[in-house]
Amino acid sequence: MSDDVAIVGIGMHPFGRHEGVSGMEQGGVAVRKACSDAGIEWNDLQFAFGGSVAAGQPDHMVSQMGLSGLQFINVVNGCATGGSALISAYNTIKSGAFDLGVAVGFDKHERGAFRVQTGRQGERDWYGGSGMALTTQFFGMKINRYMEEYGITQDSLARVASKAFRNGSMNENAWRRQAFSEEEVLQSQMLSYPLTQYMFCSPGEGGVALILARADQAHEYTDRPIFLKSAVVRSRRYGSFEVLAPSLALDYTDGPTVDASRAAFEAAGVGPEDIDVAQLQDTESGAEVMHMAENGFCEHGEQEEILARGETEINGKLPVNTDGGCLANGEPVGASGLRQVYENVLQLRGGAGRRQVPDEPKVAYTHVYGAPGISGVTILST
Amino acid sequence: MGQVSINENVMDLTPDGPRLKGMRCRQCNNHVFPMQKGCPKCTSDDVEEVQLGTRGTLWAWTIQGFPPKAPPYLGETDPEKFKPYGVGYIELPGQLKIESRLTIADPTALKNGMEMEIVGETIGPDEEGNDLVTFAFAPVT
Repeated sequence: MSDDVAIVGIGMHPFGRHEGVSGMEQGGVAVRKACSDAGIEWNDLQFAFGGSVAAGQPDHMVSQMGLSGLQFINVVNGCATGGSALISAYNTIKSGAFDLGVAVGFDKHERGAFRVQTGRQGERDWYGGSGMALTTQFFGMKINRYMEEYGITQDSLARVASKAFRNGSMNENAWRRQAFSEEEVLQSQMLSYPLTQYMFCSPGEGGVALILARADQAHEYTDRPIFLKSAVVRSRRYGSFEVLAPSLALDYTDGPTVDASRAAFEAAGVGPEDIDVAQLQDTESGAEVMHMAENGFCEHGEQEEILARGETEINGKLPVNTDGGCLANGEPVGASGLRQVYENVLQLRGGAGRRQVPDEPKVAYTHVYGAPGISGVTILST
Repeated sequence: MGQVSINENVMDLTPDGPRLKGMRCRQCNNHVFPMQKGCPKCTSDDVEEVQLGTRGTLWAWTIQGFPPKAPPYLGETDPEKFKPYGVGYIELPGQLKIESRLTIADPTALKNGMEMEIVGETIGPDEEGNDLVTFAFAPVT
């Protein structure tokens, strides 16, 4: 049953800053490339799920793509927006409702940290007004506590960032393509202790589209279909430590990443040891470190050794964020989760060029995390 | 010109300092800040408004090193004049962990587990020229 949805086409508009190009136009470019990759026309698509948080209603795209009358549903789900569009497309095909469709995500954010406004109508916004409500603060607090608890050092944070920019330098679609040494990462401006500027990703722009088809029809479109074994989104439970929370419970429990990861592994019938390449949410370096353990790839605290041994490099035991992750690509929220899947499809097809993971990877993993405490995981296989 | 609370629905300004208004669930004793109409722990809507404690221990912290965007920020956003400030969670015994500004912005002076208490902190002037006061936590001296 789990083999019945395939990804048969992928398309991406480069991430970064694109003056004069709307977010939706970037989404449109991604869709055209994905259709071309699958050898189909826009008019062949029976349905679409579109995700964007800050760049307009995705279904308006039909006026530039073609008024074919297809079912087009918009998805907005925080940082899991792209992943949720994908899950919706996956379930649509699994249900038997349609055979061929697209999941598209795009975005275009203003420069600098995300502006979060939580004021109620007619009331002063005390939360952001007081200088809280910054996602960067959450990541600083979480990794700061984690480092103390599990003995992770700033060197590990620098290693993660340096790896991201090195991988990004081999990715023509990445925003940041200049490699930085660990020393340069450590010496950049301290933004939210213990995290420096080059340890953080930036909100950005970009678009990604994936064409999905029934697995038994996949070979009509491609000779290298990649199968979506599971796609899961989970929200937070009582007691978890989440971004943008004016208060937390005294109880402490695992966050939505742990829940989404377990459910995705179970649905796919594989375990962490089966994964050949992983794209993990790296809003900042510390997030990648913590998410390695939260997704089941190691125990808490083991990351220090794993990173020092280079095991998450492209030629390592478990390559992580081979396309440079959020750190090198930036985070257009609607597209970010789909970018991870795009990269894994490339890797599983053997088409990732200079950053190709060696020895023909067969099973790949993606993970997004974000506001307001939501995680999305996918598992792909050849 | 005097001092006014940044938002009276979440914080009263008393002669003894700020007092925060939280939610307590009458069914399971869970607390949430600010006040809301339902309990996320047991799902009951049998909740009441209570005053939160004023002392606790530091649970997690960071230092805000760049000026937040305005809006929503009501404080200093000029990079030349901006001064970094601490942000953390303080565990209030028997209630919850509250997210708050900290009066300390020096990483060597902050340690999880240290005793902290609530104080008022002026963010800036309001439309009428009053001092707009929010809450912060300071080490107990």
